[in-house]
Amino acid sequence: MTQKDATQSAGLSEPERVELLRTMIRIREFEDMVGESYLRGHTAGSMLHLSVGEEAVAAGIVKAMAPEDVFTTHHRGHGVFLARGADPMRMFAEVFGKSVGYCKGKGGSMHIADIQLGHMGANAIVGANIPISLGGGFSLKYRDVPGVSVAFFGDGAINQGVLYESMNMAALWKLPVVFAVVNNQYGMGTRVDQASASLAFAERAETFGVKGAEVDGMDVEAVYGAADALLRYSREGNGPSLLVANAYRFYGHGRKDPSPYRTKEEEAKWKARDPIALFRDRLVTEGVITAERSERIGAEAVTEMEEAAAVAVTQADPAPEELYTDVFAEEL
Amino acid sequence: MREIAYREALREAIYEEMEQDENVFVIGEEVGRYGGAYAVTRGLIKEFGARRLVDAPISEASTVGLGIGAAITGLRPIVELMYVDFVPLAMDQIATQMPKLRYMTGGQLKIPMVLRTQGGTGRSAGAQHSQSLEAYCVHTPGLRVVMPATPADAKGLLKSAIRSDDPVVFIEHKALYARKGAVPEETCTIPLGKARISRSGSDVTIVTYSRMVLIAEEAAGALEAEGISAEVIDLRTLSPMDMDAVSASVGKTKRAIVVTEAHKTAGMSAEIAARITESNWTDLTAPVVRIAAKDVPVPATHLEKLSIPSVDEIVDAAKTLCGE
Repeated sequence: MTQKDATQSAGLSEPERVELLRTMIRIREFEDMVGESYLRGHTAGSMLHLSVGEEAVAAGIVKAMAPEDVFTTHHRGHGVFLARGADPMRMFAEVFGKSVGYCKGKGGSMHIADIQLGHMGANAIVGANIPISLGGGFSLKYRDVPGVSVAFFGDGAINQGVLYESMNMAALWKLPVVFAVVNNQYGMGTRVDQASASLAFAERAETFGVKGAEVDGMDVEAVYGAADALLRYSREGNGPSLLVANAYRFYGHGRKDPSPYRTKEEEAKWKARDPIALFRDRLVTEGVITAERSERIGAEAVTEMEEAAAVAVTQADPAPEELYTDVFAEEL
Repeated sequence: MREIAYREALREAIYEEMEQDENVFVIGEEVGRYGGAYAVTRGLIKEFGARRLVDAPISEASTVGLGIGAAITGLRPIVELMYVDFVPLAMDQIATQMPKLRYMTGGQLKIPMVLRTQGGTGRSAGAQHSQSLEAYCVHTPGLRVVMPATPADAKGLLKSAIRSDDPVVFIEHKALYARKGAVPEETCTIPLGKARISRSGSDVTIVTYSRMVLIAEEAAGALEAEGISAEVIDLRTLSPMDMDAVSASVGKTKRAIVVTEAHKTAGMSAEIAARITESNWTDLTAPVVRIAAKDVPVPATHLEKLSIPSVDEIVDAAKTLCGE
């Protein structure tokens, strides 16, 4: 599939397009606000990796997922989880280390997950979630469930050995696994072309027998269209697929990273294609939404996230005895 | 009671659990058509088909990861790593994924998975196919680690491991596969986390596991002829360790020898000796003695047996401890 094919009309209804915009704005507001909380010292952990700039990738791919689908994310996974329906209060609470957080305050920013939403875990070892998602796909096929298993990871994981082991196995057994590469151009401070001799990631996948596609990750409808096609392909029993969505990480690697390794010009070039502004302008131009309504959606998201953070910050810390629980399912 | 080999006992356990639970499957290198490098799964593919006996490519890390993902989503995988020496190839999945995903999701994820592998010396397989790496796994909270010595334990403990809702690293011994022992015909499980007194005695406690149980029993026999009564404790499960059994025995004998086929430095023998010192300090008449593999890579050929504990070493240590 070429990029041009993928950007063809995604066929979404007007309400669906507005909801997609809302999802992206909510992700942006959550990330900005959790970043502010971090700077104010409200977060429990020292790690905070924000997905601002990557909202179209999260919203577009998750939009193509079905309730029975399962997924894993990487350390920059807030956006994907929010798009899937996470409760922002419990997300804030997790980042703040509170007992009502999704992981009782034991996981923190990099491990927020809810298996009830099909989230098999947010993983902080680069690429390590890929074989776990392979297992999710194996399990779906074994149990004859018509779902797909999506592994979200960044360009930083593209040269990890387990990706190639897992692509081979997924293709060998025609497993419903979708490898979702959020190419935000940087693995920490290393630009993708400084780490990868070839940037033809979709072609790499094709050589493994994995259907590959590449898409403009700043265009949410293009992402949705490409993801929908690949998820459909994998869901219908044709085997695994890999989607490269090219986006940009607006913040540094961590919230406090000023990104001295990249130029202001490069940042400005990408920010000029802000995925939220791009989509909002398109909807306004096409008369799907008024500028006033889009501002109202923004204001609602701000209020929602402010309230969620305010509630989360007052929640109780985990009790000391929680240190020893949840290591095992069964006591011996 | 009928006698069957250790490998047959393991196969029976897998067969019985697969027969009664559709969610149990086996994946690993050569487990299906070949029947397992040590023939543990031989013939099972005829019973259960390639869907449930999955021949994996040589991709250890992702095979273990596949097991984890399958376990999270409701299956009960038995993942085989052909040699414990391949554990480091999959170490991230074994040490950083399998034991931590439950805790770091606040108990949401359940990982009912068995990682079967085998280790140890006895076949002159050389430095890369003869290691005893159990400490790598015991060191990591969140894993159960089991190392059976007898066919009955192999079967009963493997069945418990498969039924466990937690990840279990189940380390067999390559030199035990052909050894026969009494195994009940009727289905029986043996609980994880419980040691076994394999020989009763009153003068000195020998704490060990896996194949070293046989060496320790041989030493105990030799010691008996010299008037020393040795008690042999087979830990069976290393994590969690049944310190109640060990402590009760040392409380009685006042002397302890720890025997492991694993290396001495920072290995299982150090952990066991430290625990005995903590639990039985006032009972002990002498420091705990450790007899472990020499701190060299395991050599092939006749040098191999010089690298691991011998009956004579145990006998000499016991005689010294008992003041002879």
